[in-house]
Amino acid sequence: MIKAILIFNNHGKPRLSKFYEHYSEDTEQQIIRETFHLVSKRDENVCNFLEGGMLIDGSDNKLIYRHYATLYFVFCVDSSESELGILDLIQVFVETLDKCFENVCELDLIFHVDKVHNILAEMVMGGMVLETNMNEIITQVDAQNKMEKSEAGIAGAPARAVSAVKNMNLPEMPKNINIGDISIKVPNLPSFK
Amino acid sequence: MALKIVKGSIDRMFDKNLQDLVRGIRNHKEDEAKYISTCIDEIKQELKQDNIAVKANAVCKLTYLQMLGYDVSWAAFNIVEVMSSSKFTYKRIGYLAASQCFHEGTDVIMLTTNQIRKDLSSPNQYDTGVALTGLSCFVTPDLARDLANDIMTLMSHTKPYIRKKAVLIMYKVFLKYPESLRPAFPRLKEKLEDPDPGVQSAAVNVICELARRNPKNYLSLAPLFFKLMTSSTNNWVLIKIIKLFGALTPLEPRLGKKLIEPLTNLIHSTSAMSLLYECVNTVIAVLISLSSGMPNHSASIQLCVQKLRILIEDSDQNLKYLGLLAMSKILKTHPKSVQSHKDLILQCLDDKDESIRLRALDLLYGMVSKKNLMEIVKKLMLHVDKAEGTTYRDELLTKIIDICSQSNYQYITNFEWYISILVELTRLEGTRHGHLIASQMLDVAIRVKAIRAFAVAQMAMLLDNAHLLTGNMQRNGICEVLYAAAWICGEFSEHLEDPNQTLEAMLRPKVATLPGHIQAVYVQNAAKLFATVLRKHEGATDSQAAQETSQLLVERLPLFVQSANLEVQERASCILQLVKYIQKLQQKDVEVAEEVSALFAGELNPVAPKAQKKVPVPEGLDLDAWINEPPSESESEDEKPKAVFAKEETKHSRPRHTEVDEKELARRREARKQEQANNPFYIKSSPSSQKVYQDAPGVEHIPVVQIDLSVPLKVPGMPMSDQYLKLEEERRQKEKAEKKKKEKKKKREKHGKGKKHDSGPESEEDITPAHHVDIVTEEMPENALPSDDDDKDPNDPHKALDIDLDKPLADTEKLPVRTHRSEPLKSPGEDGDVESVPQEPKKRSSKEKKEKKKDKDKDRKVCQLDFSVRRITDSNKNGCYLETKWVVYTHLWAVYDIQGNLQDGSQVVVSVIFENKSDSFLKSMEFNVLDSLNSKLQRPEGAGPHDGLVVPFQLPPGVSNEARFIFSVQSIVMPQKLKGTLTFIVKSEDSSTHEKLDFKLHFTCTSYLITTPCYSDAYAKLLESGDLKSSSLRLEGVNMPFHHLLARICFHHHFSVVERIDSCASMYSRSIQGHHVCLLVKTADQTVSIDAKCDEPSLLGNVLDEIKQTFSQC
Repeated sequence: MIKAILIFNNHGKPRLSKFYEHYSEDTEQQIIRETFHLVSKRDENVCNFLEGGMLIDGSDNKLIYRHYATLYFVFCVDSSESELGILDLIQVFVETLDKCFENVCELDLIFHVDKVHNILAEMVMGGMVLETNMNEIITQVDAQNKMEKSEAGIAGAPARAVSAVKNMNLPEMPKNINIGDISIKVPNLPSFK
Repeated sequence: MALKIVKGSIDRMFDKNLQDLVRGIRNHKEDEAKYISTCIDEIKQELKQDNIAVKANAVCKLTYLQMLGYDVSWAAFNIVEVMSSSKFTYKRIGYLAASQCFHEGTDVIMLTTNQIRKDLSSPNQYDTGVALTGLSCFVTPDLARDLANDIMTLMSHTKPYIRKKAVLIMYKVFLKYPESLRPAFPRLKEKLEDPDPGVQSAAVNVICELARRNPKNYLSLAPLFFKLMTSSTNNWVLIKIIKLFGALTPLEPRLGKKLIEPLTNLIHSTSAMSLLYECVNTVIAVLISLSSGMPNHSASIQLCVQKLRILIEDSDQNLKYLGLLAMSKILKTHPKSVQSHKDLILQCLDDKDESIRLRALDLLYGMVSKKNLMEIVKKLMLHVDKAEGTTYRDELLTKIIDICSQSNYQYITNFEWYISILVELTRLEGTRHGHLIASQMLDVAIRVKAIRAFAVAQMAMLLDNAHLLTGNMQRNGICEVLYAAAWICGEFSEHLEDPNQTLEAMLRPKVATLPGHIQAVYVQNAAKLFATVLRKHEGATDSQAAQETSQLLVERLPLFVQSANLEVQERASCILQLVKYIQKLQQKDVEVAEEVSALFAGELNPVAPKAQKKVPVPEGLDLDAWINEPPSESESEDEKPKAVFAKEETKHSRPRHTEVDEKELARRREARKQEQANNPFYIKSSPSSQKVYQDAPGVEHIPVVQIDLSVPLKVPGMPMSDQYLKLEEERRQKEKAEKKKKEKKKKREKHGKGKKHDSGPESEEDITPAHHVDIVTEEMPENALPSDDDDKDPNDPHKALDIDLDKPLADTEKLPVRTHRSEPLKSPGEDGDVESVPQEPKKRSSKEKKEKKKDKDKDRKVCQLDFSVRRITDSNKNGCYLETKWVVYTHLWAVYDIQGNLQDGSQVVVSVIFENKSDSFLKSMEFNVLDSLNSKLQRPEGAGPHDGLVVPFQLPPGVSNEARFIFSVQSIVMPQKLKGTLTFIVKSEDSSTHEKLDFKLHFTCTSYLITTPCYSDAYAKLLESGDLKSSSLRLEGVNMPFHHLLARICFHHHFSVVERIDSCASMYSRSIQGHHVCLLVKTADQTVSIDAKCDEPSLLGNVLDEIKQTFSQC
């Protein structure tokens, strides 16, 4: 079982939080802070598994994380998940984001956290891995987006226009802050389906 | 109207959307909290509007704010509203918000049952998908119970996308509603062989999750999984299955033997590291399970260790980490094969990655032996000195202590060495484990009697140098060891060389800065030391020195008497008075030493930590029984009003209590004493307790070994423990040499024999401990209950899932299904009886007698199934909250559900789920209903009024599918029953038969109602309008919590709660033809009164009758 999925940036700002067990809002924030604290002080070239912290306290849970440019992707899982499997899953997740957002960068996650949630929902459901095939995930996400567009139809047009205008005079929406090393190759991990 | 819509959508454009909110927050970095609070105010305004798009936008923003840590539970009801939107876009937003912030305590969840059910059966697969995803996050026991059957049906949905989600969510349903596991399990098992790999993987996932917690119930699935393992190419599935086997093998060693070969093959062939790693892990589990039986798998162990070594030597830190992790599992059963890789593991202690160092430490824990303990600990001590950062150093410290103390100090050959290690550890700065060191010192000193003299000497030294340790004054800091030191010196003071000096060290003014509990121990043990000193001096008749000691105490103790700590103060003033008294006696030359030492006589024995828990409860003692009659609550309530009038009386009665005469008191006291004397459980202050200690077996018999104190206690320039290491080596050398000598002698006597002992490494048994040490075992109560389950958590949700899955389903086990819709479909021949089974077997028996004999077993299975189903429908009649009816036939199960159609007030949709339960193929199904004047089945254009509708699918064995039929209804004020028939062809391998099934469809009035939310102001207006006719209903003996009652009405009769105040609630629903139905439900003492209003009195009457029916069934 996956207990929680967290994405935060190099400064510990949460970009997505998905808890598969209930915590109060305050506890959630504390967990995010603590997890960031644990993960951020680790060097780049150490292993991606981590024991300790609130999420784990006393159980067989462990943190499995990856660091891509400005973002940390952290999965908290129990012993029924394969460690290397989850690392691959994170890779699949990031690659899917990359496909869906076309060169994903942190800003995409900042402004479209709902979309990230929708993508995640096609991969992990209630803490269990639902789908690991990237093409299948993208197909389902696209089909749903298409449905959303057709529902918006003509009524949605003015809203879209306004939002386009709003975005036009935005100096802070540059698309070019790329997560350069988004496609970090997993050493010794032949692709995994 | 049109203008309004346009205006609304223009307004909407200028509402903030999620992106604007995020942008705004980023632009207000300084006053973020203030900005967000204005945004929340805006959101609250938006939520008040009727436009669902505005609401959805607001809820979307709330979801974002929730991530930032803002509590948004106040908007729960609005989230439910957005969830129930008919547009997928908004529905998705609603479900996402719900999945982020709903939990079991959210009370609006009970309103969602019908909505979720509707979404689950939506023709749009993404509506269903979104509902399943959301539900997986917030499913409650109630939702699980009510929806289990719907989800189970979805497991056989035509779309794999839905099937895999439905399969996966079943795990959550099982957790919340364990009763569903057995009825649903057969279908879950089927899904292991689903043609779609995603569904298959989901089923494997769920079963693995279940089996991990209660493996023994899933052993029977092993052959199936074995087949999957050898056939599947999906690594995810393989990993899960292999992990599952790891959990199963300990229970079934035969399985393990079978597994070794395919797993070894996989290890050799796979290129995926993750799979390789899991294979190695499971082979290890297999080997562990086999280790007791036959140790003939050294090749497999070798293979595992060799592969793990490759992982550990890899430059990828992740593989290194996992290699170490797996290595530690092998270690438990095959320590020898790991110990040969000690070099590699010690090397990992130097790794820059802390996780890896910790793993290596874990390994070391298992690798120690009598032989290498000192060496390994020495290495660790070096690391302690080098370590940066207190956490890692603390970890090292606890590991050293763990390693040394494991299995009752099994590997320690020289306790002097261990004590000196502990003393060395006290020099660590800033550790948080002072307490741990202290408890080790106490444990060793108390339990290893031979070491006491040495321990006391070391502790005295610690006390003397206490100033070195007092740097860290926080709780659990290193100063805790002074607690142990003071106690050991006091308790075993007879071993002290110079008690006077230690006493002086314990009474230094600096001590007053120590934490209170340590000071208290200091003071108490100063008294013990004082007793020893007196004894010594009196033995030597040195009264002068004795008096000086008393004087010292009298001078120093007042410092402690002034302590702010109560414990210290109390002990100090007590002892101060005692010493003053002794001083007086001393001045009169009275011998006091004997009496003073009597204060501290007796031996303290260690007691096992669990001893208290293990005391068996004597027969006939019920700890849960009330000693007195419990005061009943109703009584106290009744008394309250009385008290108003009885005030004066109580005044009189009060003094009576105190007037109980002396005689009576004395009599009672006597009686109590008598009772206590007879009561074996009353703990008396018996004077014999000391005697008991002294008689305790083992105390006197333990040989106290003289310790050779020629060993210098401190070697300049070298830590003490190293000295021991050297000595130990020398000693072993010596022993070896002696042995060799002996052997040589033997050799001389017997030529050619015994050569093998010559230069091989010494074996474990060769090492004799430096001192013969008896370790006192901890005391346990007599006839303590042996139990292993000390550590099991009774609250573990998985405990409830420990269910035997191989037993055939019992009659009473079934998923709750909706009932109120209709009577079971009845066959005309046996009106009143349940199903139409008999027709078919007759035909069969005549046509297929031969075949039947052949398939006897199969048939029996079918019959059995059928039988159990009949019983299900039987129990339907008796009540329970079954929901939809099962139409049963040997070949076919069908479930149906009637729903109003919102768009068209004259239509209802009947969805029927057909499930083929036979081994044959069902095809050409045709559904026909005899129309009534009021209700007509909608047939395609051109069809005659009596033609049947072709069901648009065929059913292979074991498959189920759903068909929808639309009926047009004119009047909805009366319930109705329609007769119908279903014809189909049963096709088996060599024959096909035509079958017919008669049934009845029951259109209740509630099936025309549609859950519609209503606001309290609109509701009030509606009631005020005065157009509504009223009616009422009283239900007696309804024994359920109010919210359950409401949930039941909502669920079964499609109402929504408008407002609830205490035990009173208003509810609303609307019929498909726009009739308003309002209920006011009140409850008091098992009586529920429902006042209802509706613009159509006969509809209302029927709905109330149906509600009554629902509650009469429970």
